[in-house]
Amino acid sequence: MSTSTPPPLADVAASDSTLRRFLHGLPGVDPVGLEARAAALGTRSIKTTAKAYAIDLAISMIDLTTLEGADTPGKVRSLAAKALRPDPSDRTAPMTAAVCVYPDMAATARAALGDADVKVASVATAFPAGRAALDVKLADVRSAIDAGADEIDMVIDRGAFLAGHYLKVYDEIRAVRAQCEGHARLKVIFETGELSTYDNIRRASWLGMLAGADFIKTSTGKVATNATPANTLLMLEAVRDFRAQTGTQVGVKPAGGIRTTKDAVKYLVLINETVGADWLDSHWFRFGASSLLNDLLMQRQKLRTGRYSGPDYVTVD
Amino acid sequence: MASPHPDPSSAPAAGRSPFAYAPAPESRSVVDIAPSYGLFIDGEFTEAADGKVFKTLAPATEEVLSEIAQAGEQDVERAVRAARRAFEKWSALPGAERAKYLFRIARILQERARELAVLETLDNGKPIKETRDFDVPQAAAHFFYHAGWADKLEHAGFGPAPRPLGVAAQVIPWNFPLLMLAWKIAPALATGNTVVLKPAETTPLSALFFADVCRQAGLPKGVVNIVTGDGTTGAALVAHPEVDKVAFTGSTDVGKAIARQVAGTRKKVTLELGGKGANIVFDDAPLDQAVEGIVTGIFFNQGQVCCAGSRLLVQESVADELIESLKRRLGTLRLGDPLDKNTDIGAINSAQQLAKIRELTEIGAAEGAERWSPECELPSSGYWFPPTLFTGVAQAHTVAQDEIFGPVLSVLTFRTPDEAVAKANNTPYGLSAGVWTEKGSRMLAVADRLRAGVVWANTFNKFDPTSPFGGYKESGYGREGGRHGLEAYLDV
Repeated sequence: MSTSTPPPLADVAASDSTLRRFLHGLPGVDPVGLEARAAALGTRSIKTTAKAYAIDLAISMIDLTTLEGADTPGKVRSLAAKALRPDPSDRTAPMTAAVCVYPDMAATARAALGDADVKVASVATAFPAGRAALDVKLADVRSAIDAGADEIDMVIDRGAFLAGHYLKVYDEIRAVRAQCEGHARLKVIFETGELSTYDNIRRASWLGMLAGADFIKTSTGKVATNATPANTLLMLEAVRDFRAQTGTQVGVKPAGGIRTTKDAVKYLVLINETVGADWLDSHWFRFGASSLLNDLLMQRQKLRTGRYSGPDYVTVD
Repeated sequence: MASPHPDPSSAPAAGRSPFAYAPAPESRSVVDIAPSYGLFIDGEFTEAADGKVFKTLAPATEEVLSEIAQAGEQDVERAVRAARRAFEKWSALPGAERAKYLFRIARILQERARELAVLETLDNGKPIKETRDFDVPQAAAHFFYHAGWADKLEHAGFGPAPRPLGVAAQVIPWNFPLLMLAWKIAPALATGNTVVLKPAETTPLSALFFADVCRQAGLPKGVVNIVTGDGTTGAALVAHPEVDKVAFTGSTDVGKAIARQVAGTRKKVTLELGGKGANIVFDDAPLDQAVEGIVTGIFFNQGQVCCAGSRLLVQESVADELIESLKRRLGTLRLGDPLDKNTDIGAINSAQQLAKIRELTEIGAAEGAERWSPECELPSSGYWFPPTLFTGVAQAHTVAQDEIFGPVLSVLTFRTPDEAVAKANNTPYGLSAGVWTEKGSRMLAVADRLRAGVVWANTFNKFDPTSPFGGYKESGYGREGGRHGLEAYLDV
């Protein structure tokens, strides 16, 4: 893991004004064109072997998530069990990528997952609003890492971003990043629904990547507008361009509202045709989802048996 | 002949992905193609008087699809007479009555959309994605739109009681067989004219299917007549003295011949001819969307579009970046079986057209422009041409001047808005243009100075029945679509 912004862009964050100039100098986004492209890719017809491949790939990319005030150790243990063996009736179903929980549940998740290659992701930094002092956020991150989190999902200060205080956002991400160094991969959540414009989402993507994000993530799942094919396409274009310019590859995680196999496959098509095979891997792409898994499993059973089963043929937790 | 210049720097995502899409072919059994078709005259299918026939092929496979009657002068005579007889009653119908037929046709097109999409793809070679999502829905939209006008003509701004012209002779091309038919027939019927339409020799099937739609809709006999055949049939139709209006879409050469032929007669004429559209990308453009717009502009329908954005004019400061993005994007285009729902690039319509594209691209390479195509395997049978870029193109190059009518993009650069406008207008054509910039004032200023019938802003190849379409200079005259398009079928 590198500790600073990659060389060609090292001076970009020298001051608030250099950072602003850089972010506002990025090519604009035409919303109509962006959404049309995302919709066009959504019409790809994915059948038979390609569909089977896509379903297993999507399962392996899921950050199986529970982020409720009502979360209990029991609930988290059930979720961990499901992450390890999504379909008790078919051991060939792959494990999910991670279990995503609040920091106070990270230790429970870690213990339940044991040595298996399923990561513990934890939403730290005063999730979901991010409205806390930096030292509180850092303490939140530390507690998650101490509890065994492999991945930290941090929220940015959207207020600071919208007010144009880009350097403040940048510094916060860097501070969290320093905290994660050597312990956890960092996913930076923008809450795209609150950033509101596509231009803002592109700027936030670059800001996050400049500050050292390992992943850029659309949203918390806690607001009305979460991941969409269009904003994910935009973020994929950003990571593609960032790698072309700096050589550093950054992952993408759409989160919230992705519930069906059909939707998930559309996202895989977006990856396939925007950034290519290098991102078709759980190390570089994740779905932040909870109910998606069951639909994938039902489709998987359908491919195997030729028949649709029903919700009682997949587990509810 | 897969890849003239593979460029390793462009990462063709589709090629090396483990997520290769399995074939997703649309079933061709949804449509029945008869072994032979006659002419559609006075509501009946009939043989050609002299019994001549020709074959129509599937360009993707060279398979013979059907045998089609070749109309001669006698047949044209019968068709025009039928249209003339039908005109009396049809033009006397109240607009609302004519509208009923048009609405009915529109709905039948929607109901039989799948059949039509498959038929059109087989006969033309274009991807099912385009016939399904563009050609057929647009054709239906044209009938819906003009049905709405049929009883409101007195409010269209052409006087209190605009009258139809009479019998319209309509000759359409092979690139959008059904859609061009809709562009011609819908306004003609809405305004009270009757028609004799000649589809292109290589793509007659959707027009003959449409004849069946007319019967299904109960359209009075003789209101729509379809005569199939080659250029001689078209010439006989245009020359017929009982024809009141000629509407032609096709090549500039034929358009000129028609203009000469009807000069000095009382016939009204509209011509939609060739183009060499400029797609202008400024350095502040939304680049990712511009790349999509460039792809849509020139690779839609294998570039066989008269308003294709076949000349890319890109500001020098972003040229390298944009061309690199474009090459990467072209690497993801999927060429192959047009009936596969995931195919982006289908077959070229005919051997003749393929030969013309090859000839012009050879000239381009010989004149010093740099030729590039992504790695792509071409099917072994059928007529295929890979998506191709020419960079380092100057105005003096043939590929910057001549309409290629294939998936071939010429890339030129410019430094200032004035230079962009000068180069864009420096063509004998004037059908379409595109401007890409985030700056509204520049958009309006540039669009205002472009001599083209359509100027698209931050998009390309967008069509709507409400929007007039037509060209300047050698791209023809008259407008189709919108309120303006009605004028061409009314005595005003």
